Amino acid sequence: MDEERVIKAIKFGILSPDEIRQMAVTPIITPEAYDEDGLPIEGGVMDPRLGVIEPGQRCPVCGNTLAQCPGHFGKIELARPVIHVGFVKHIYDLLRATCRSCGRVLIPQRDVERYLNLLRKLEKRWPILARQLEEYVKKKAIKTMECPHCGTKQYKIRLEKPTTFYEERKEGIVKLTPLDVRARLEKIPDDDARLLGLDPQNARPEWMVLTVLPVPPISIRPSILLESGVRAEDDLTHKLVDIVRINERLKENLEMGAPHLVIEDIWDLLQYHVTTYLDNEAPGIPPAKHRSGRPLRTLAQRLKGKEGRFRGHLSGKRVDFSARTVISPDPNISINEVGVPIDIAKTLTVPERVTSWNVDELRKYVINGPNKWPGANYVIRPDGRRIDLRFVKDRKALAETLSPGYIVERHLIDGDIVLFNRQPSLHRMSIMGHLVRVLPGKTFRLNLLVCPPYNADFDGDEMNLHVPQGEEARAEARLLMLVQKHILSPRYGGPIIGGLQDYISGAYLLTAKFSLLTRKEVVELLATTGYKGPLPEPAIFSPKEYWTGKQLVSLFFPEDFNYHGKTNISVGELRCDNEDCFTDSYVVIKRGILLEGVLDKKSIGAQQPGSMLHRLVKEYGEDFAREFLDNAFKMFLRFSEKYGFTMSYDDVVIPEEAEKEIEKVLKDAEKKVRELIDKYNRGELEPLPGKTLEETLELRIIEVLSEARDKSGEIASQYLSPLNNAFIMALTGARGNILNLTQMSAVLGQQSIRGERIKRGYKDRTLPHFKPGDKGPAARGFVYSSFRRGLKPTELFFHAAGGREGLVDTAVRTSQSGYMQRRLINALQDLRVEYDGVVRSAYGGIVQFIYGEDGVDPMRSDHGKAVDVDRIIERVVGWRL
Amino acid sequence: MNVEDMINEKIEKLRGIIPESIIEELREKVKKIPDLTVEELDKITELLIKEYHNALVEPGEAVGTVAAQSIGEPSTQMTLRTFHYAGVREFNVTLGLPRLIEIVDARKTPSTPIMTVYLDEEHKYDEEKAKEVARRIEVTRIENIARNIEADLFENAIRIELDPVMLKDKGVTVDQVRKIVEKLKLGASKIEMIQENDTTTIIVRFAGEPEIAKLNKAREKIMNAKIKGVKGIKRVIVQKREKEYVLLTDGSNLAGVLGIKGVDPTRTTTNSIYEIETVLGIEAAREAIIREINGVLQEQGLDVDVRHIMLVADIMTGTGKVRQVGRHGVTGEKESVLARAAFEVTVRHLYDAAARGELDELKGITENVIVGQIIPVGTGMVALQMKLRPTAKGEK
Repeated sequence: MDEERVIKAIKFGILSPDEIRQMAVTPIITPEAYDEDGLPIEGGVMDPRLGVIEPGQRCPVCGNTLAQCPGHFGKIELARPVIHVGFVKHIYDLLRATCRSCGRVLIPQRDVERYLNLLRKLEKRWPILARQLEEYVKKKAIKTMECPHCGTKQYKIRLEKPTTFYEERKEGIVKLTPLDVRARLEKIPDDDARLLGLDPQNARPEWMVLTVLPVPPISIRPSILLESGVRAEDDLTHKLVDIVRINERLKENLEMGAPHLVIEDIWDLLQYHVTTYLDNEAPGIPPAKHRSGRPLRTLAQRLKGKEGRFRGHLSGKRVDFSARTVISPDPNISINEVGVPIDIAKTLTVPERVTSWNVDELRKYVINGPNKWPGANYVIRPDGRRIDLRFVKDRKALAETLSPGYIVERHLIDGDIVLFNRQPSLHRMSIMGHLVRVLPGKTFRLNLLVCPPYNADFDGDEMNLHVPQGEEARAEARLLMLVQKHILSPRYGGPIIGGLQDYISGAYLLTAKFSLLTRKEVVELLATTGYKGPLPEPAIFSPKEYWTGKQLVSLFFPEDFNYHGKTNISVGELRCDNEDCFTDSYVVIKRGILLEGVLDKKSIGAQQPGSMLHRLVKEYGEDFAREFLDNAFKMFLRFSEKYGFTMSYDDVVIPEEAEKEIEKVLKDAEKKVRELIDKYNRGELEPLPGKTLEETLELRIIEVLSEARDKSGEIASQYLSPLNNAFIMALTGARGNILNLTQMSAVLGQQSIRGERIKRGYKDRTLPHFKPGDKGPAARGFVYSSFRRGLKPTELFFHAAGGREGLVDTAVRTSQSGYMQRRLINALQDLRVEYDGVVRSAYGGIVQFIYGEDGVDPMRSDHGKAVDVDRIIERVVGWRL
Repeated sequence: MNVEDMINEKIEKLRGIIPESIIEELREKVKKIPDLTVEELDKITELLIKEYHNALVEPGEAVGTVAAQSIGEPSTQMTLRTFHYAGVREFNVTLGLPRLIEIVDARKTPSTPIMTVYLDEEHKYDEEKAKEVARRIEVTRIENIARNIEADLFENAIRIELDPVMLKDKGVTVDQVRKIVEKLKLGASKIEMIQENDTTTIIVRFAGEPEIAKLNKAREKIMNAKIKGVKGIKRVIVQKREKEYVLLTDGSNLAGVLGIKGVDPTRTTTNSIYEIETVLGIEAAREAIIREINGVLQEQGLDVDVRHIMLVADIMTGTGKVRQVGRHGVTGEKESVLARAAFEVTVRHLYDAAARGELDELKGITENVIVGQIIPVGTGMVALQMKLRPTAKGEK
């Protein structure tokens, strides 16, 4: 077995010139990478000693092959030192904070000792304070213009971005060459450097000025062979070639004793190349470009940003054993199952260790091979050799050799645990554990009840599936991630999984008083759920046996379940607040029997804390809840199908007299608006405090029009029969609301942009159909038509404008809220509850002494309350109050 | 033994096991049950203890991540627009996502600062008295009470025509205005007053040559001269809430308003978290953050447990000053180099770490994800340590 190694810490520092020289396997001195034969030149940037690049090759340095050789560094001895762009700010601070002649920090010796002492004490326990102290010392030293140690007068130092320093001496401005800078930094004593926040053991100030440049191994800058056979080098290689070329030229010129000015120019060029090699977006210099004009992606760019090394490769990693395809619904599988296409099941594998108990099973898989499900793709022998079953001729023989110690990578089979995910993964319910159900077809199948946590629909959504490979991972997935463990949301302490749409209208129709079912129907409904118990006594015996829907639902409740609660339909005339209810709009369940009330969104809907479903989950456990959701809910759907629930044109038709009434209401409103406009034109309109006259007019008009719309809606809904299908959907909370209904049958109403009536378009008018300056309802986006009658051309245009705003809004919002969530997660992710109940950050800082002031987990709470005392009393005493 | 004693005795036994508030709630509710039996009460307490223990957080729970998700996930459903404040049409208040971002950003000034000023016993029941306080708070400038302010180039003077209606409305006397104008440093000038019907006109005559630029400058100065009020409060509105009158202000200046007579300093508040922090302290700021976030979510009809919001408020205020959720605050002050580098401004953090010779002890989540180790929350928090005894054969 592999020994588990743990990385305890990572130390940061600057490579010293010595270190760079020691780790280098070769100096790089030739700008040419390859000779005429296309072989890498020794001493060039592609020197073979820098690491293996081709498979099969052996490394001349370490003797390893491609897989093992880590690559080796080379070095470029710079003819003259150059400033490291990344440390320019540090160098600038150091130059200003230390003496130009003696190199001491510009703080009196007494204070130096005092601060050093203080710093040592702070460092361990209060790193943030230590940092502040260093900052303070630095500021103080920078302000001092005369050295307290040697008395030398200090000059102002100026930094010209990116890497040039000037000293403003009395005699004039003098440029400080990197050589000068380095000399000054060398003089800074270790203790003084420490006081300025540096770690001289691992980062001596002078190391910030480069004298030797490490040349990274080829493995981090591989060259690509293009189809045309031409080698394309990595951006870093290009840059290194530039550096070597200029460095060699500088060396030659120095040896030749070239004029000062020439040397200076080449030196600056070397500085430019080194700077862009390190960071090609450094401010103040033009970025180095590729031949094609594309800016080069050099070291800093490789790390930065969303696709950079950190966020792109280190914080988020690519994985194997995953699949992605379109999702489609399947109400017949359990909520914790996922239907996996056979093709995918044949590709994804689970490593299974051969034991004497499963050897027969595994042999079968091996014999089936990679192309027949359920089979296996690989066999791993005890010596670690991996056998690819695609290339095994006699699988039967191989199967015979299986014995404990072998590992078979078998296909995914029914009952395997997998993780299922839909992006964006906004909360933990976006990744849940499902049990595999291998099904024909090409899509992932999921139960409709798990749509709310994933926020999934079936208009082309795709989802990802991951197969945990370790025993530990599988155990955790089963115990912590299975769907039923997430019925309750930690966001508000209520069920996030629950009925929606057809489930709700189905449940309503089934439990409504008009639902009487014959024996045949009852048996059919119960058969879909897999119910195996006895039939209850029929509610009606004569002339024929009839059962009520409530009786059927009751079969799925625990025998001791008591509940009472409101319904969604309990509005207006149907409103009921207690047991005395003739309209069936108050749910009463006693001893597991649904005595009264219809089931709708308030009882079985998703995201309804305190609902009947919530009580069932909390009191009878998640496994019971899962079964309830699987079985009873299947019955709701079946009933909806049997009933033939639909919605049609007829559902939005209202009688002519209603149309007339609405027309009148709208006419009146229009008249009122005209009056308001006239009043405004005559200057008689009283402005509201703090508003201009125009704003006041707009407000008043909007008021009048929305009132008219509401009134029309009321009229329309009066004429809608309670058995109207669309009406049932709105009432039970299955889909849509009364407003949607009135928009279809009566009047669409005001279209708005940014909360105002539509006003933009042509000069003084919205569309050329209107007179300039028209402020009337029609000219400003009030739609008199209903969806049923159809929109006039202008109305359609306004409606489209309003709709577009919604789309734009959503697009903008997702990016904003996404960034906010990323920041929240980054700020809070290290917090956890310790064994003593204290909330601490990763480094031990206490954030809360008791989580949430009472130590209660919101998910296990009762909509925020630790315990619902009323409910407990009710459970014990019944409903005696 | 009567029923009440029995109840009290049984309930006393819960002390120390269950929080006080729940015990009290139970006591109240149990008393109201008719014909309660001992067995029933026993069953109730037993269930209560079981349920309470069930509801506690488990050690290792990644409460931070859950809190961040619980606030972040519903924020995708929020509206982007600003809405009118419920009940007060006059103010536009930033709500929804922009406001939420503003709060977690710990901005110094909210984009729409608003104060809710409660009044003391004397002033809160009477509309007139409430208005009186409102006048004391609202900034009144000369331009607010003048009908017309004109620069007269011929006479080298500025004429301020006062509006008697506004004077009365704002509770300002002509003398007051005159005194204010006198105090303004307008240079050599003389002040006259003309009474015409009920309108008073104040004339400021300047000495020397008339100069249009100078006159206009003086006019600006006069217009903006503050007569009374608290700095920063642009407008005050009196609103009736149940029995009492409450003032709502456009603009915020907590320190200033708290000192005004008639204001109830114990209840008066603002939506500027920074002001609350400076005036009332960090604990008040924490409460303010919780209240503001809660307000935004509630207004949008989003259901989020307070515990999540409290955690955010606690991490923002835990160090004694309000920190932003982000690079210049909570995340930026993290000890781990890798955690900071993985968030934002990657390269600078790495260079700084190198210069300082920092040590990343890999205790956080991001760090361990980066190096590919198990993260220290939940089941990853468990650590076992044991020495393997070498076997006789000398195996590992």
